Amino acid sequence: MGSSGTSAALPGPVPLTRRYPWLGELARFGGGMVFLAPSLILFAAFVFYPLAKSFYLGFFVSDPFGHGQEYVGFDQYREVLTSEDFRKSLLVTVLFVLYTVPAGLVLGLVFALMANQRLRGFLFYRTVFSSTIAASVAVAAVMWLMLLNPSAGFVNWVLGQFDLPRVNWLTDPQFRASWDSGPALMAVSLTTIWLNIGFTTLILLAALQNIPLEMYESARVDGAGPFAMLRFVTLPMISPAILFVIVVSTIIALQSFGQIHILTRGGPLDATNVIVYSIYTDAFINFEYGAAAVRAVALFLIVLAFTLVQLRFLERRVFYR
Amino acid sequence: MTLRINYGRWLRVALTYFVLSLGALVILLPIYLAVVSSLLPKEDAISYPPKLWAPDPQWGNYKKAMEAVPLGRYMFNSFMQSSIITIGQLFTATIAAYAFAFMRFPLRNFLFVLFLSTLMVPWEASIIPNFQTVQRMGDVMGGYILSLDSYQALTIPFLATAFGTFLMRQHFMTIPLELRDAAAIDGYGHLRFLWHVVLPLSKPALGTLAVFSFLQSWNQYLWPLLVTNSDNYRTVQIGLAGLASQEIDSINVVMAGTVIALLPMLIIIVLFQRQLVRGLMSGALKG
Repeated sequence: MGSSGTSAALPGPVPLTRRYPWLGELARFGGGMVFLAPSLILFAAFVFYPLAKSFYLGFFVSDPFGHGQEYVGFDQYREVLTSEDFRKSLLVTVLFVLYTVPAGLVLGLVFALMANQRLRGFLFYRTVFSSTIAASVAVAAVMWLMLLNPSAGFVNWVLGQFDLPRVNWLTDPQFRASWDSGPALMAVSLTTIWLNIGFTTLILLAALQNIPLEMYESARVDGAGPFAMLRFVTLPMISPAILFVIVVSTIIALQSFGQIHILTRGGPLDATNVIVYSIYTDAFINFEYGAAAVRAVALFLIVLAFTLVQLRFLERRVFYR
Repeated sequence: MTLRINYGRWLRVALTYFVLSLGALVILLPIYLAVVSSLLPKEDAISYPPKLWAPDPQWGNYKKAMEAVPLGRYMFNSFMQSSIITIGQLFTATIAAYAFAFMRFPLRNFLFVLFLSTLMVPWEASIIPNFQTVQRMGDVMGGYILSLDSYQALTIPFLATAFGTFLMRQHFMTIPLELRDAAAIDGYGHLRFLWHVVLPLSKPALGTLAVFSFLQSWNQYLWPLLVTNSDNYRTVQIGLAGLASQEIDSINVVMAGTVIALLPMLIIIVLFQRQLVRGLMSGALKG
């Protein structure tokens, strides 16, 4: 108080941040970092570091105790990625995606289109369709374990009603063709489709409900029938959602593990040994961390490709303010 | 106007109901058959043709399932795991999203892209080093921070979420910046503004994120399989798989366990359907 009179006469102290603008920048950066630090630390520890470590582990052949031991450079990458069993598991993974994604999309689309008719009981059907979201992968797999039981299961009973032969869904190792991985993969796929159908239906339903009703009105004025409307209004309007469903269910399929662990353990004869499952067996059953890491890197690159497609479509929505 | 019955429309409605009901039947059938099987005597559960109805419900199967493995404890563990992850994600995602939406600082866009880039890393691709990290952390500081077979191992790697941050940021962007300016004039700092203004406006988004986080954590399989090896921390998913292989001859008991494991989530889904649907729309589609 007493000094206020004298300080007015002197040149006042210039705030440090005005003399050094970068100090203000630094302060604001620090302020932002306080809010981001918890997430950034966790991402560094559990996403970025382990990803780099996976690449690195691939350079070492592991001893049976899982310690990276002998440095072999890219030799292990070459060896694992060109091996017969990697090619097999890649093929199984691709087949698994082909079995689950298109079928899931078509079913989800049919259910969503039907549920979108806004009939009485709409909420009931929506609740039913979302109920499979409540089923965890273990719950679904154990249920289907019962349904697929060769002697007393419901699925074989239905086949019997149509005079079709019983199938040993989970143990029959026969391959009729190279593109056919036998009934076990179908059984796992069936479980997966059932598990994801609620999610797919809800996403497509949400997209359908975002279509402005005026679009249908003007199409009707132009004389469009129900099929023309589906073809020229509905499907184009929900195409981003369809693409999203395709990408996400592909990524989900690429990461599927629980249903395979419960239903088939990768068998019979590796018929369901998808890449994720082979990572698990290599790393945590055989303790070959190095070879498993190579498969993990391959999985990362495959999923990365699909995620980039997805982000291309997301980014338009991300930066808009 | 002439009054006439529109047969075309009537037929379409009937067909719609038919397909919807068929779809609902296919979706509900596994759950229904699991419930039936869980109420059958042991021999009926494996008889052919499969029973589609339980005339004399054996409620004792549920007791047997609870006794065969400590299902109650597993459910508690899953509940702890999911709750901790949900609360943690709500916290980390909210403050990070706040910084991205309301603060200006150098490298902000770069850091946001860095957050999003974590979405491109499948958890399975980094699972080996993560397992090693948890294993090694068990040897330092008495394993208090992180060690195998603990709630920390089940939760800490999942406390940050790029998806959740993105979701919350998208919501925060709908709050006008003028509100922040006005609050700043009133002397509100960032924390007070976040707590008293932003969060009350964000309850729906927080609810959506909570439902998603909880669901996702509850459904985890591979990671809990690797890091838990005692009943004290095993989650219900792994416990159920264990029950299925242990009681392979008593399908009815296994199904009783399955129904027990399904029930809490079914209730949550039915209660929080609105949040779930809204999340699917805003997280995935709204543009």
